[in-house]
Amino acid sequence: MSNGGLLAEAHRQPHWLAPTGWLALVAVVAAQVTGFLISRPDRVMGNLQKIMYVHVPSAWVAMLGFFLVFVASMLYLWRRDLKYDRLAASATEVSVLFTGLTLALGSIWGRPTWGIWWTWDPRLTSTAIMLLIYVGYLALRSFTEDEERRARWSAAVGVLGFLNVPIVYFSVKWWRTLHQVQTVDVTGTIGSSYAISLIINSLAFMVLFAWLVGLRTHVAGLERQREAWLEEQALTGSEANV
Amino acid sequence: MNAEARRIGAIVWKDLTAERRTKANFNAVVFLAGLILLLFGFAIGPDGQTMELIAGGVLWLTVLFSGVLSFNRSYEQELENGALEMLLLYPGDRRSIFVGKLLANLLFVLLVEVVMVPLAALLYDLPLWRFIAPLSLVLLLGTIGFVTLGTFYAAMASRLRAREVMLPLLLFPMLVPLLVGAVQATGGILNGDLLGSTAAWIRLLVVFDLIFFVAALFAFEYVIED
Repeated sequence: MSNGGLLAEAHRQPHWLAPTGWLALVAVVAAQVTGFLISRPDRVMGNLQKIMYVHVPSAWVAMLGFFLVFVASMLYLWRRDLKYDRLAASATEVSVLFTGLTLALGSIWGRPTWGIWWTWDPRLTSTAIMLLIYVGYLALRSFTEDEERRARWSAAVGVLGFLNVPIVYFSVKWWRTLHQVQTVDVTGTIGSSYAISLIINSLAFMVLFAWLVGLRTHVAGLERQREAWLEEQALTGSEANV
Repeated sequence: MNAEARRIGAIVWKDLTAERRTKANFNAVVFLAGLILLLFGFAIGPDGQTMELIAGGVLWLTVLFSGVLSFNRSYEQELENGALEMLLLYPGDRRSIFVGKLLANLLFVLLVEVVMVPLAALLYDLPLWRFIAPLSLVLLLGTIGFVTLGTFYAAMASRLRAREVMLPLLLFPMLVPLLVGAVQATGGILNGDLLGSTAAWIRLLVVFDLIFFVAALFAFEYVIED
């Protein structure tokens, strides 16, 4: 096993990373400026509606992220290259973060709107289940020491978890409709003037997501290098002792 | 094909023989299931009507909570004395190991249900015998999906230090569609609604079972290789 090539290759940040970070910052600031200053408050919900500008994009980005986990997991199982494993793990971490953000923002919006922090709405409930599926993925990783085994196992969990996302969503949806409980349809209340802020926020969140995943993948590569280096040190050290 | 069937049969026979010779696990799981049924009763009762209303949910949660204990054991006995390595060294498709373990676990959980379900009917006053055929179908379909994913995730969880918490943490979120479908179908049948929504929930169970049987079958090779 030679780590020389790997060491030199993964040492430097990818060229696109730093500009993407700056772009993410500018985009997020610009999106908030449009959201707060330019777009008008909702007729019914007032400024409360503006939570949707960050709630909806973070849900979309999380969903996109879990799709990326699925793709990277499949690629790992096919190619057996650990860089796909690092990508899948990083995408999971960032997507779990955005899923948590989605749930928190949804709750904050739901409290004044529905008078409750939590409702068994299909979207909200399946998002929570999705969060738990991927928290399980991260827990499995943290308990598995061998990196090759960790990569294979988490890829399998990542693939099965993603297959379940639509099934969870539709089963919860049918479960709700059978009980005849109607929830407020958020998408129906969005007019064209809100769409602009929503689109700008979505783009900003996507750039932010790309930057975070890129950065996390890079850090995961560095961590891998450090482990390899420590292992080498330990081995040469013990040889010297003998 | 025939050879694969023989391998699967050998694994089922091996696992069930090991189980039959000790019996300790089966008895413990059956008593635990009975205990969980009583505990749910204490938590929800004593109003008979409420208990009847939620009986389907209680029944399925009891299946999940007691059944989850049997999956790790199915691999733990392989890990002792390196039996798993031996099993992997045998010629043939590794998927037959998965199918064999799945069938052994399925028979085990179904046997637990044979004792548990009549007990639940007794405790929660359910019209079990009137709807025995459709209820058995729902129990079978729900248990197949449960055992498929349980056998799959236990192949990983059983080899971790934190196996007791990791298996339910991985397994239970995945089972949400199955739980919803099985509870709704069971409730529908007990209320005498054999068509309409009950049939739709049964279809959901069939789809869930098929998707995850195929997915777990293919993913198992990556999980077991070492």
